[in-house]
Amino acid sequence: MADIFAYVPHKVGVVEDIAYEYPDAAAKIDTGAAVTAIVTGTGADLDKACETLTGYYKEVIKVDQAELSYPNAEIIRKVLVNIVPAGAIVLAPHDTFGMDLAPGLSVKMDAGYAADIVDIEGTDGSDLKLVRQELGGAVSTHVTCDSSSGAVLTIRPGAFTPAEDASAGGSVTDKSGDAGDLSSKRTFVEVVEAEVGDVDITKSDVLVSIGRGIEDEENIEVAQELADAMGAVVSCSRPIVDAKWLEKSRQVGTSGQTVKPKVYLAMGISGSFQHMGGVKGNPFIVAVNKNAKAPIFQVADVGIVEDILDFMPELTEAIEDL
Amino acid sequence: MEILVCVKRVPDTAENEFELNSDGNDLDRDDLVYSVNEWDNYAVEEAIQIVDDKGGNVTVVTVGDDESEEVLRREMAMGANNGVLLSDDAFEGADGKGIAGILKAEIESGKYDLILTGAQADEGAGQVGGMLAAMLDLPYASLVNKIEVIDDSKISVGREIEGGNQEMNEIELPCVLSIQTGINEPRYVGIRGIRKVASVEIPVKGASDLGVDPAVVGADGAKTKRVDYFVPELGDGAEMLEGSTEEIIEKLIEKLKAKGGL
Repeated sequence: MADIFAYVPHKVGVVEDIAYEYPDAAAKIDTGAAVTAIVTGTGADLDKACETLTGYYKEVIKVDQAELSYPNAEIIRKVLVNIVPAGAIVLAPHDTFGMDLAPGLSVKMDAGYAADIVDIEGTDGSDLKLVRQELGGAVSTHVTCDSSSGAVLTIRPGAFTPAEDASAGGSVTDKSGDAGDLSSKRTFVEVVEAEVGDVDITKSDVLVSIGRGIEDEENIEVAQELADAMGAVVSCSRPIVDAKWLEKSRQVGTSGQTVKPKVYLAMGISGSFQHMGGVKGNPFIVAVNKNAKAPIFQVADVGIVEDILDFMPELTEAIEDL
Repeated sequence: MEILVCVKRVPDTAENEFELNSDGNDLDRDDLVYSVNEWDNYAVEEAIQIVDDKGGNVTVVTVGDDESEEVLRREMAMGANNGVLLSDDAFEGADGKGIAGILKAEIESGKYDLILTGAQADEGAGQVGGMLAAMLDLPYASLVNKIEVIDDSKISVGREIEGGNQEMNEIELPCVLSIQTGINEPRYVGIRGIRKVASVEIPVKGASDLGVDPAVVGADGAKTKRVDYFVPELGDGAEMLEGSTEEIIEKLIEKLKAKGGL
């Protein structure tokens, strides 16, 4: 099997969690494969990331250039085309960075491409046997990806088992000189931090979180009444913010807030991985959804198949009567 | 500004409960409700708003079968000026790169300043925009949630990144952007709007019209292939509370009390 290269993003030298999950994904392709981490950036931050990675990877490639101080996918793609040998398998995270980087990388490498991989079932000749999901997680699919001229895979964060043993004792190879042309027609300007809202959902032990099942802006009041009765706060999934019914600061998910409540009531939320990626700390999850097949029931502790618009007022009343 | 928006007809996740067919290897497609991919509506709305402000035309394009024409008409009812259907039996079984290759051929037959796609569609890969940009050697930005036109040669784009933050970039035209939901509020399309564009002719182009090689863009050229659909057997899943609503609420309240929810 081809050699495997794992691109590791980091923030000021702290590597993203996906760094610990790549080794499991790589071993599921081929237990004997050589896995090399690639990390880009500049200065002390980059060295700090390298130091972490040598605990988990035998080989670490670093590319240190001032132009790489912010991870502009347009530039990093060019670097990877220069650094990664033809025919290799490249792993990247399926997140806002990886989605920016990886599809174009597969074109430039003339390699196969498969996105958002949640499991790997080995190989069949040069075909990688992969598992992914479609339709917002409603169904899974087996996919084959021909890696005979290389492959680029984006790996879903949290889907593979993180490595715990930091005893790889790896070494760092400096390939800064091989980076090549670092010009780009897309220039990074700044990161605009999320606005702080009227309510801090990250501070509440109990969240009544609403999704598409709320159906109408007027119905948010029904959720607010339940939250008031419980001493909880109303949060939501992405479609509610897209519809401008609640502020962005109320959104739970990878593109919103990360919350760690004790109890999470998912009301009319289908339970996409982007949403559940914002629910941490192993809370007690109650899911109410009129669709018995909603993916949320796979991750919830307790499930109830009901229309939230009927169920929430009754629950509110029962709690008020306690 | 001449803007092309790539759209797709997909099973509507809000309107369907997905089940497998009797063989257990494909979706039961008999009663599925299809609509335009949600992300694409935001892309078309954004294109219309830019053209309203700066002048130009919006063209919508899709790769699909005859039934895909209805999504083009829907987007034209929103305000897109032109529609093009790329359709050929030889396109069946195309993977992301195949689709991008077909779209590339159409794009090269015109002259566009801005090419938009939805950030993702039913398959959840989010791949076609980035592939298209790489094939065309154009700059790319994904998950775009803000566009401001600076001048004829560059625009400012915001990208949605983790934690609700926004990454601002300047990007040269022409470029390819994938559009994230929430960037705008797509306008409502009524029956009257659809009727108005019902008789507008939508050109259909096949592999030979586009000059693409079916061996490259079709099933034979696909490196990535779906083998089957399945519903995974997951761990324990949720404990489902059953009975009358009253009984369910009683059980739920006990659990909430025990877990600190009340």
